[in-house]
Amino acid sequence: MTTTTDHPVQEASAAPPPAPGRSPRLTDRRLALVFISPAMLLLLTMSVFPLLWALYLSFTDYSATRDAPADFVGLGNYTTILTSPEVWQRALTTLVYVTGAVALQTVLGFGIAYLISRRARGRGVLTTLFLVPMMLSPVVVGLFWKFMLDAQFGVINSMLGSLGLGQVEWLTRQRTALLSLIVVDTWQWTPFIMLIALAGLTAVPAYLYEAASIDRASEWFRFRHITLPLVWPLLLIAVMFRAIEAFRLFDLVYILTSGGPGVSTETLSFHVYKVAFLGFNTGLASAYGILMVLVVIVLAQIYLRYLNKLKEG
Amino acid sequence: MAITIDEAVPGPATDDAPPARRRGGRGRMVVEVLLLTALAVAMLFPVLWMLETSIKENRDVYAVPAKFFGFDLTLDHYKDVFVARGGGRSDLSGSFLNSVVVAGASTVLATVLGVPAAWAYSRFTLKAKKDQLFFILSTRFMPPVVVVIPIFLMYRTLGLIDTKLGLVLIYAAFNVPFTIWMMKGFVDEVPAEYEDAAMLDGYTRLQAFWRVTLPLLVPGIAATAVFALIFSWNEFVFAVFLTSSQEVRTAPPAIAGLIGGTTVDWGLVAASAVVFAVPVLVFAYLVRKHLVAGVTLGAVRR
Repeated sequence: MTTTTDHPVQEASAAPPPAPGRSPRLTDRRLALVFISPAMLLLLTMSVFPLLWALYLSFTDYSATRDAPADFVGLGNYTTILTSPEVWQRALTTLVYVTGAVALQTVLGFGIAYLISRRARGRGVLTTLFLVPMMLSPVVVGLFWKFMLDAQFGVINSMLGSLGLGQVEWLTRQRTALLSLIVVDTWQWTPFIMLIALAGLTAVPAYLYEAASIDRASEWFRFRHITLPLVWPLLLIAVMFRAIEAFRLFDLVYILTSGGPGVSTETLSFHVYKVAFLGFNTGLASAYGILMVLVVIVLAQIYLRYLNKLKEG
Repeated sequence: MAITIDEAVPGPATDDAPPARRRGGRGRMVVEVLLLTALAVAMLFPVLWMLETSIKENRDVYAVPAKFFGFDLTLDHYKDVFVARGGGRSDLSGSFLNSVVVAGASTVLATVLGVPAAWAYSRFTLKAKKDQLFFILSTRFMPPVVVVIPIFLMYRTLGLIDTKLGLVLIYAAFNVPFTIWMMKGFVDEVPAEYEDAAMLDGYTRLQAFWRVTLPLLVPGIAATAVFALIFSWNEFVFAVFLTSSQEVRTAPPAIAGLIGGTTVDWGLVAASAVVFAVPVLVFAYLVRKHLVAGVTLGAVRR
């Protein structure tokens, strides 16, 4: 979606005054309507309508398994959620998870991209190899790692054992479970940051480096004042994108730990699932959902605004 | 909306650009290569381990300490993926078939709805176009666990629970925003003057789109469809909550279901995960040029 090709079109069709009587713009508008409305209709029925329904349910005590009609409870569900220490606990878990995973991915991803960009040969092969984890389904990734982290016959513990280190119950100990989750997510999504950082790094014009080396700028200076400022905007896009995705994460938790042990890896997404599909407290779960959607909307707005600014700037 | 990275940077120029490498010395280069190799090994090890597990005899799968080399080879796990114990088709192979049908149909639907919309967004001046496009993209960011609650109730009322049609519809809705954003980029690259010229020749706007622009968009449509296919193929949350019967269940929940019991046949899990992942990797390789745009839902292009 480049601005360069976008504008001449509109100007070309807008510049000459429309011929009186048979305006071609009218048919264009109708055509646009015909082309856009089916897609919009699908989005409205499958995304917007369900969300409005959830909004309505969030003010009731409706339960999906009870036949009784829903009673209106006002803001009851919301006050229950916002005053419950349980929810704040889950929010904290989610925050730790999102921050930890995204920070690790960013550092590693950018590092790998930087190293790859400095190689003259084999860039394509290297990039392709590094990208494999990202293309896999979270289900496959979750299962891979569940097997590898298994306390008895997992390969990770086996390797630790041959190094003379003790066995770790990765997924069944309070302390290590969240860490394991962060590690697995990092394994899968580091390539994402790498890919985008690499796109930024390869786009840095070579003449800037040449000029800097003529001026005898130090390596660090070049990195700090040429590479980073040029890659930063793109990297930030990648980070925000990942943060939104990590906030929504459900499948990895479901497969790796099911929120356990205890509730130590229960993220907000997983908690919503438990309330909705195990507790069948649909009204309350909807309220949770609406609050989560609000968070996502805020994050997405920041992301999109920034994307827009970047495009115009 | 989208950022375009200037591709005008000549490749070879960047290749021999950093004189720093020579100045930094050999030692540094060796360190960098070693570091890169170590990272590559760490990233690829789980994948290789799964491949290895899928061709190991059961007693080697559970060997402590783990056997990296010198295990007995077998293809039994792969046989188990497709053939049931007593002969005939296995449940898993049915799920794979369901996945093909659901992912295929939802991709076709998303493409048929998304491509014309993308063209319209690219070509016409529309009211609040930017807001519309942002709205479309933002629907893709909704947490699936949240959306699935009202969708579940809606489907229950409509009788779409546990049907392939239900899954196809939700996957299409989930892929339409992506298709529109990704395709708008491709349409923007086709000069509108081609259509204007065709219209001067007496074509209507619709004919110009159909005869002139659409053929030029085919490679872009193919790439976009492949991404949509991968997204639907890998999807888990909706599949696990909206389907339950063996006849409808797609592969991701079916594979995840393998670890439900008290004993887990990890060889079978590994083999089915490999069978499930191979098509994705092949397809991803085919669209590797468009990966940046694909994984950012068309928001970042290069």
